[in-house]
Amino acid sequence: MSGSVTSDPPRDPNSEVAVVIDGVNKHFGSVHALQGLNAHIRYGCLTGLVGPDGAGKTTLMRILTGLLTPDSGHATVAGFDVVGDNDAIHVATGYMPQRFGLYEDLSVMENMRLYAQLRGMDADRNADLFAELLDFTRLAPFTERLAGKLSGGMKQKLGLACALMARPAVLLLDEPGVGVDPVSRQDLWRMVQALTDEGMAVVWSTAYLDEAERCDSVLLLNEGQLAYDGPPGELTARLTDRSFRLEQVGDSRRAVLAEALNLESVSDGVIQGAGVRMVLRAHSGTEQITALADRVEAQLRAVPARFEDAFIDLLGGGPGGTSALAEGLPPVELASDVAVSCRDLTKRFGAFTATDTVSFEVRKGEIFGLLGPNGAGKSTTFKMLCGLLKPTSGEAHVVGLDLRRATGAAKGQLGYMAQKFSLYGLLSVRQNLEFSAGVYGLEGAARQARIAEMVEIFGLQTWLSAAPDSLPLGYKQRLALACAVMHRPPVLFLDEPTSGVDPITRREFWTHINGLARKGVTVMVTTHFMDEAEYCDRVAMLYRARLIALDTPDALKRGAVSDLRPDPTMEDAFIHLVEAEDLADDPRSGTTA
Amino acid sequence: MNGVNEPRPHHRVPLEAMRRFDPKRLWALVLKESLQAMRDPSTLLIAFVLPVVLLFLFAYAVSLDVRAVRIGVVQESESASAQSLAAAFAGTRYLDVTFAHDRREVADRVVSGSLRGFVVIPQDFEQRLANRGAQPLVQIITDGSQPNTANYVTNYAQGVVQTWRNGLGVEASPAGVTLEPRYWFNAELESRRSLVPGAIAIVMTIIGTMLTALVVAREWERGTMEAVLSTPASVVEILIGKLLPYFALGMLSTLGATVLAVFVFDVPLRGSLAALLLLSATFMVPALGQGLLISSVTRNQFLAAQIALFSGFLPAFMLSGFLYEIDAMPAPIRAITWLIPARYFVSSLKTIFLAGDIWAVFVPNLLAMAGIGILFFLLAKRATRKNLE
Repeated sequence: MSGSVTSDPPRDPNSEVAVVIDGVNKHFGSVHALQGLNAHIRYGCLTGLVGPDGAGKTTLMRILTGLLTPDSGHATVAGFDVVGDNDAIHVATGYMPQRFGLYEDLSVMENMRLYAQLRGMDADRNADLFAELLDFTRLAPFTERLAGKLSGGMKQKLGLACALMARPAVLLLDEPGVGVDPVSRQDLWRMVQALTDEGMAVVWSTAYLDEAERCDSVLLLNEGQLAYDGPPGELTARLTDRSFRLEQVGDSRRAVLAEALNLESVSDGVIQGAGVRMVLRAHSGTEQITALADRVEAQLRAVPARFEDAFIDLLGGGPGGTSALAEGLPPVELASDVAVSCRDLTKRFGAFTATDTVSFEVRKGEIFGLLGPNGAGKSTTFKMLCGLLKPTSGEAHVVGLDLRRATGAAKGQLGYMAQKFSLYGLLSVRQNLEFSAGVYGLEGAARQARIAEMVEIFGLQTWLSAAPDSLPLGYKQRLALACAVMHRPPVLFLDEPTSGVDPITRREFWTHINGLARKGVTVMVTTHFMDEAEYCDRVAMLYRARLIALDTPDALKRGAVSDLRPDPTMEDAFIHLVEAEDLADDPRSGTTA
Repeated sequence: MNGVNEPRPHHRVPLEAMRRFDPKRLWALVLKESLQAMRDPSTLLIAFVLPVVLLFLFAYAVSLDVRAVRIGVVQESESASAQSLAAAFAGTRYLDVTFAHDRREVADRVVSGSLRGFVVIPQDFEQRLANRGAQPLVQIITDGSQPNTANYVTNYAQGVVQTWRNGLGVEASPAGVTLEPRYWFNAELESRRSLVPGAIAIVMTIIGTMLTALVVAREWERGTMEAVLSTPASVVEILIGKLLPYFALGMLSTLGATVLAVFVFDVPLRGSLAALLLLSATFMVPALGQGLLISSVTRNQFLAAQIALFSGFLPAFMLSGFLYEIDAMPAPIRAITWLIPARYFVSSLKTIFLAGDIWAVFVPNLLAMAGIGILFFLLAKRATRKNLE
């Protein structure tokens, strides 16, 4: 951009600070979205804006791009005030909103040209820059393709290219990792790294704590307040010598986890494959967990702390290990040991095959995970198993009932929690509970008792007359779970049950699920949180409508072990499997079986 | 990306991109919108297929004319004059006559709805004829559940009797005055001729209001509005970039509809094409303004379609004088029609097609349309600010 008119910002031009956030407050109605935020963001730095859904990340992004006005306080970006110099803000910042802001009926090139021209660049005179951007994003072979026909990962790269037009000083990316498969996410990290190396300030908002770990610096938001500001490593360092894993606990791991979480010295714990990972409270000794290890005859090993451990610790630790919901439940008795099964299950929509000859069996009391990228056929398979979709061919059984014949009877045996929680927005919380109880045939005193029990367990008293939409997300999830389990079904279907929910509520949720599984309830779950797959006894990996792997989380991870990755995560295992599958599909590698 | 290894001073910002109005940016937006409109089958459907369907519908299926109404004629008298009157009924193309000798035969058919009414030529017809108007000559019974048709049957049957009587040559008309009605502008009173020009107003309302409201709401829904708002493009550029293509689409559609009206439906265009284009262009101002206002109130396609239907399409249909005459409406409803831009356009269209360039009609209509349009735009501008609040 040589020869362009430039102006020095009103603040110190030598400062490396790109963004100053000074006492910013923002309300939406009665919701206090941002509460007196103070922070700095620097040039040449990848800054993670981290927090659960509803923490205020998007609100802050929109304030920094001048799309929202703070109620009080100030913010400057590249030296310009977001309110007073609104026009300059639009020049200085590049912004990629959620869902990337692309025109789906325009081609890749047309989208790029549009955003170039809107940013005052002549597309023809900047052919070299276009070529460079296309090369950078590896979109060069697809310039004529309509944006709507791109995969999630390619859309995201195109969105990034559009936001990068005219070289903004500050690049703001709102949840760029959502809806993008792990392989494409790797690509994006590489690109953002290159940009910060050149001195650009990049802000990356995310709800995934593993993404936060890779940023140079993080702003940790929780309920509109800044919980931490600094490098992620520094926060994790506070947890040094406080993270441990009980190895090879095997089948008793759920009981061990519950016990561990109830220990006074343990602040947080999760299941990792066959092991149980625990985090100690500050200034607590290892006596209690050593005793626990001796009792269950398992080996206790110190493990490196993770960012998520620090996040939970910062928020005061996770919930206890006892599920009141499961305590009150009588053990499930089934005639057969197989709770859910399907054979050659296939669903076609026209020429498109959404699920292709999928077969598996789920044992009673098992937690069974369905994993896969968007569009892999998770939801379709799931819906066929709970009788919401009719299979094109193949068969499915739930507690021994054939879903093709006894759909109604089978549905009475299962509890279903839909994506986004699907509550009735026009009914109050109490009415939602009453409706669910009624729809599953609970009547009279039994119905009142069961509703009272749910209200007690999930702490819904104060919300009874509120509309579900006005509830915090965590409470919505509790209400949805209450509605799904009220009739004490032997089989529970959970479709993305923890999507968008903060880590503490997610732990509480899994405490309930673990408790239910110990009572013999069979749980089928889809999730896009790779670490949550660790709670499952077995995981079915779906890719392009087919079942490409089915095993325990530990076995799946073992399959991905390489010299570069001696201790792979679930995400590594996922990438490994998908890459292997793509390789097998490549005609150059020969015919596939 | 000029020079990956050369660090740029990022706090220096090219402020020449900050200009409030840039024709190049506007052109980029217009181009984008046009490409989108051309690639979206639903837009083309609304702009070109829908007008054709509507015009055919109004030209052929909807007819306010009454023709070949089925009635019965009961001949209780067999006299020569009765026969001659019956023949007179049979001779008109406006009635489709079923003859009977007993009224019970036709009465049942009125009840079942296959006849709209019947005329009884009584047994003492000769006698009544001789009395010269002391008593009614015939009895007319009609189906009152369809008042318009009933009135029509009554009037027309009376007319037939009157004409027949005049033809007898006896001093039939005591007043000595005969009325010979003549209808100006639409001599044959063909409803098609007044409906087809009015239908153009409906088509323009759909394109201007409905389509515009939908495409703006779509940008909000898909999140593209947020991305465009975060660029240096100004609100004025974004709005004009949105409206220009639909303005052009509306004018094209008007031209197409006019060609259809004149060459396919035989509606005369007595005024000039230039005046028609001026009127249409002026009507696009309130139509687009209303669409814009709707989309700034709601950012949801479904809601936008509903509001456009109730505030744009239905008033244009019912309250513009297109289908129902405004003079026949009750006073409060008549007052409301002054606020409907389509009313001025329908009146102008009927004038230009059926009468000619009558500027005494056009000028007040043009002013009214422009006035309402500017009001809509001012309201829309106030409601749309360059942020997401």
